[in-house]
Amino acid sequence: MGESGVSVSKNHWSKNEMVDQVIEMLSDGSSLNLGIGIPTLVAQRIPPEKGIWIHSENGVLGVAGRPTPQTVSATLINAGKETISVKKGASYFDSSMSFGMIRGGHIDVCVLGGMQVDAEGSLANWMIPGKKVTGMGGAMDLVHGAKLVIVMLTHFSKRGELKLLHRCTLPLTGKGVVHKIVTDLGVFTPTGESFQVEKLAPGVTEEQLGMPDGLLLSAK
Amino acid sequence: MTSKVFKDAKAALFDMKDGASVMSGGFGLCGIPENSILEIRRLGLKNLHAISNNIGNSGRGLAWLLKGKQISQATCSYVGGNPDLEEQMLANEVEVTLVPQGTFSERIRAAGMGIRGFYTPAGSGTEIAEGKESRTFDMPCLLELPLTADFAIIKAQKGDAYGNLWFQETARNFSPLMAMAAKVTIVEVEELVELGEILPENVHLPGVFVQRIYQGADYENTIEIPIFEDQN
Repeated sequence: MGESGVSVSKNHWSKNEMVDQVIEMLSDGSSLNLGIGIPTLVAQRIPPEKGIWIHSENGVLGVAGRPTPQTVSATLINAGKETISVKKGASYFDSSMSFGMIRGGHIDVCVLGGMQVDAEGSLANWMIPGKKVTGMGGAMDLVHGAKLVIVMLTHFSKRGELKLLHRCTLPLTGKGVVHKIVTDLGVFTPTGESFQVEKLAPGVTEEQLGMPDGLLLSAK
Repeated sequence: MTSKVFKDAKAALFDMKDGASVMSGGFGLCGIPENSILEIRRLGLKNLHAISNNIGNSGRGLAWLLKGKQISQATCSYVGGNPDLEEQMLANEVEVTLVPQGTFSERIRAAGMGIRGFYTPAGSGTEIAEGKESRTFDMPCLLELPLTADFAIIKAQKGDAYGNLWFQETARNFSPLMAMAAKVTIVEVEELVELGEILPENVHLPGVFVQRIYQGADYENTIEIPIFEDQN
């Protein structure tokens, strides 16, 4: 990005603005699983009147906001091991039933973080060979189970590497499973050989996306 | 009738030996069998195969055993948040098998339920699929086999002398599944209650799956990531 880097970096969505892009895609009353990291923020910004049922794969449906120091419980956490509270109508269950909800297609939407995502809709988010291993957790089950799979990630890594690729180079979490991608620069749909631009953050140009020729289909 | 009730962890784990495979309940540090893990540390058992979603976390739980190099093999779904495991994994000191979490829980359930195998899409098209039989239904799926163990160590909030269990909030997670799958299931409870005190309709795990139960003590119940209102 060179000298233009500073001015370029002003034009992007904040994490909360990325979250709001995801919330726009949610139908009222739908069930939603949130992955560890940025997706967790979605829980805090959903308007209660949308009636969304948040599922956390460690065994709870009906996640609400954070507890108070008075209501906090060591046995009530989300999949990120963070303390939570639940809303009226919530339920608890074991891990098999929890993943049955996912595998069985009962969870409408899942939102995951990612290291790389590609034009084929494949996602990589669980290891960098020889460097870092987090494990896949529930991600490999989630990407095949939910009706709508949304990936949230920054457009570039901290080292400036593009995360939207023709084909992922890291080990895959799932092949051809991603429906929508929300980055700090825009919203995209993988179409097989390229990414369709659905929306760009205010002031962002297609040049800023840093995508090679042919990898980008301009906004309709 | 032989009683299932044991005095404490030391009494209940009397026959666990080096090289045992041990399932351990809990998600992160939520719902982990603290007393049984500490007893395994005290016994100094070695060469264990630990089967647990996280193999401890934040230096606690099964990470107590990792620190003592007591675990040589681990089957789990997630390593993030467990620096002891990630370090020993990358140094090849622990042989780690990563399993997608839904497949992990279902393989354990299958072992307990007598299911000899099942097909699931999780992991198809990834390196998890290598060496596995695959079959395409509405989408490509992998054949997954049951996962059992010599012992399951789990914790419940309440249990009675027959082994009927009641779990609190999200502390249930893998524990009832592991109780069904292992040859010997050892339960520790915060409250050992009279038969009938857990109403039949409130029993989360029927006692038939439990071999030993004891009243635990001195629970830390560590909260890994406490976040409160207005702290997001």
